[in-house]
Amino acid sequence: MSSNTHSQTERHIVFLVLLVAVTLPLLFPIGWKTEVSGYARMAWQLIDSTPDSSVVVFSFDYDPSTMTELQPMAEAMLYHAFSRNQKVLAMALWPQGVQMADQAYAKVIKSFPDKKYGVDFVNMGYKIAGIVTIQSMGKNMPEVFPTDERGTKYADIPMLKNVKTLKDIAYANSLSSGTPGIKEWVMAAHDAYGTPVTGGTTAVSAPGLLPYVNSQRQLNGLLGGLKAASEYENLIGQIGSATVKMDAQSVAHLLILVFIAIGNVKAFLVRKRSKA
Amino acid sequence: MKRNLPLIFAFLTGFLVVISEFIPHRPFSLMISTLQNWFLIISGFAILLGQISLFQANLAKIKQKESGWYFYLAGLISFMIMLLTGLLWGTQEYKGILGHGTHLQSLVGSKPFDYLFDFAYMPLSATMFSLLAFFIASAAYRAFIIRSFESNLLMITAVIVILGRTSFGSMLTSWLPENLRFWHLPNLSDFIMEFPNSAAQRAIMISAALGIIGSSLRIILGIERSYLGGDK
Amino acid sequence: MSSFAGTFGLWMAVFFTFSIFSFLYKDNPFYKFAEQVFVGLSAAYWLVYLFYSIMLPNLFTKLLTDFKGNIILLIPAALGIMMLLRLIPKTQWLSRFPIAIMIGTSAGINMVRYAKSDLLSQISATMINPFADGSASSIVGNLLLIIGTICGVYFFYFSKKQEGFSAVPSKIGIWFLMVSFGASFGYTVMARISLLIGRLEFLLKDWLHVIK
Repeated sequence: MSSNTHSQTERHIVFLVLLVAVTLPLLFPIGWKTEVSGYARMAWQLIDSTPDSSVVVFSFDYDPSTMTELQPMAEAMLYHAFSRNQKVLAMALWPQGVQMADQAYAKVIKSFPDKKYGVDFVNMGYKIAGIVTIQSMGKNMPEVFPTDERGTKYADIPMLKNVKTLKDIAYANSLSSGTPGIKEWVMAAHDAYGTPVTGGTTAVSAPGLLPYVNSQRQLNGLLGGLKAASEYENLIGQIGSATVKMDAQSVAHLLILVFIAIGNVKAFLVRKRSKA
Repeated sequence: MKRNLPLIFAFLTGFLVVISEFIPHRPFSLMISTLQNWFLIISGFAILLGQISLFQANLAKIKQKESGWYFYLAGLISFMIMLLTGLLWGTQEYKGILGHGTHLQSLVGSKPFDYLFDFAYMPLSATMFSLLAFFIASAAYRAFIIRSFESNLLMITAVIVILGRTSFGSMLTSWLPENLRFWHLPNLSDFIMEFPNSAAQRAIMISAALGIIGSSLRIILGIERSYLGGDK
Repeated sequence: MSSFAGTFGLWMAVFFTFSIFSFLYKDNPFYKFAEQVFVGLSAAYWLVYLFYSIMLPNLFTKLLTDFKGNIILLIPAALGIMMLLRLIPKTQWLSRFPIAIMIGTSAGINMVRYAKSDLLSQISATMINPFADGSASSIVGNLLLIIGTICGVYFFYFSKKQEGFSAVPSKIGIWFLMVSFGASFGYTVMARISLLIGRLEFLLKDWLHVIK
């Protein structure tokens, strides 16, 4: 019983220390700088080199539980696409993605007041069935999206006049936190129809998706986690919501390493005591 | 008949999908497009089935007054409120049965559905997953112990990646000369992710793909039938 | 937004945030309440968007505006209703048909897509010239990529017992897997901490206004 209480107390101390360690840099920013990785640069390169007036797909495949990591990426990439005069077709393979798309658009449009809905940006809403939806888009997009979110018929949306299949899309950018997400876009959009795919994902999923960034160019770069979002903001010359959180992220990482060290020292001493 | 006919359907649809990959012309292209559009609609009904089942399960717990039944009642009430507000007044762009509810919007500031999304659903969803940060800190303290060569390897990689993915890590080794830039923590971390990590993840991907191909073939050929449920 | 509604909403968000965080101390009625409300809201949210994003535009609107032209949609509608009949014990067997169609379609798609993307493309991506790029780190990296992939796949071969010399590639495969798990742990730490930072930012910025 007392070792249980001791263990519980230790846990609560760990929680409290973590809370303080993450709160302090938010209250008193340090201003550490972030270096840009090759994967973020590849994603940036794809968007930057896509011609003017190209229609591109932004798929918001996440929900509010991961918006801290993915919303800054979405906003930064949307900002970049708008600054390159690309026409963005937003959609969602997760139901909550529709609202995430609307929120990202509402924030970014303040920097581009001349952009018009239907001409420069459109939200086609949520579609179920993940990879089947993407495959269907490869054959007939008007069939998959009879109307946009506002009820406007596909044929009446000015920016989609010449867009009938995925082959008419310059690239697909999937911001995903699980399934369906980037993997499905790589499989169905790139490997079936040759549409270039890039994306951003949570840090948890990033290691498993990196093999797709290869000589076959299944994925053109990948943003993995808050740091990658901060790197992208750096590339587009913005100090966004990801960059301001990096100080707290760095301090928390150091704390985790300290916990690992203390845990190992403790285990070593226990082993030594039991041997003696 | 009740079991064999569905198996034939599974075989025909699976076969059609595979054939259309190799013969992307009519009639297969038309058949596969139609099948994929039908799949979207049937999936919608499948989700509806799941929701009704959830509703029924919660209702049963409330009727039987199981321990903590009032929490399930709270769940059902929140379900009904969100559903009704969504259907009656729609969401941000969609019009509901009673229109856009402009008067209600002026009172609340947004549609009731969106209001609940912004101030109830979003905080709940975000906070639920943020709990994991505390548990990973606790796990790092209690369970991440070096015991063998393999766990040593795991630990060293974790330390390099944890440091390399922060601004602090880049500061720690920024003094390294140009010919030793490989050992600069962010560069080392990127190297680990690009090469050894990708190699292992690729091995897992290839092995899993072989398993998925095998199990998909078993389903199409009717060898795997567990999805049909028991004999009824 | 009316200031009362805005303030009430903010306090509701704060209440739910602390209710969930209270689980860190111990399980309690506030957490249980918040958890069940979350389940209810999630289910309803999904149902509402299912109706507006899929059922209406892809089925009902098409049938109502041009019934003759879209008469074929009655087939998936009928299959969908058969799916719902799973709820009635006597008619449960009817749901096997739409389930079989969905499972068959998914199996076919998975077989083809995983064979192309996760098998053939990944093998092609491993068949690279490791000496193509002149730099030492690239050469070493590419060699690690090739050796690691082959040894990793070898580790997952369970059809024959690996012993003696034949266990060596397996051992190397395990080392690569350990490196990968370490990297995954590092990234997982980053992910979880990010989510906590998001919530704390909400509390400090939107609620307490102590940060800009």
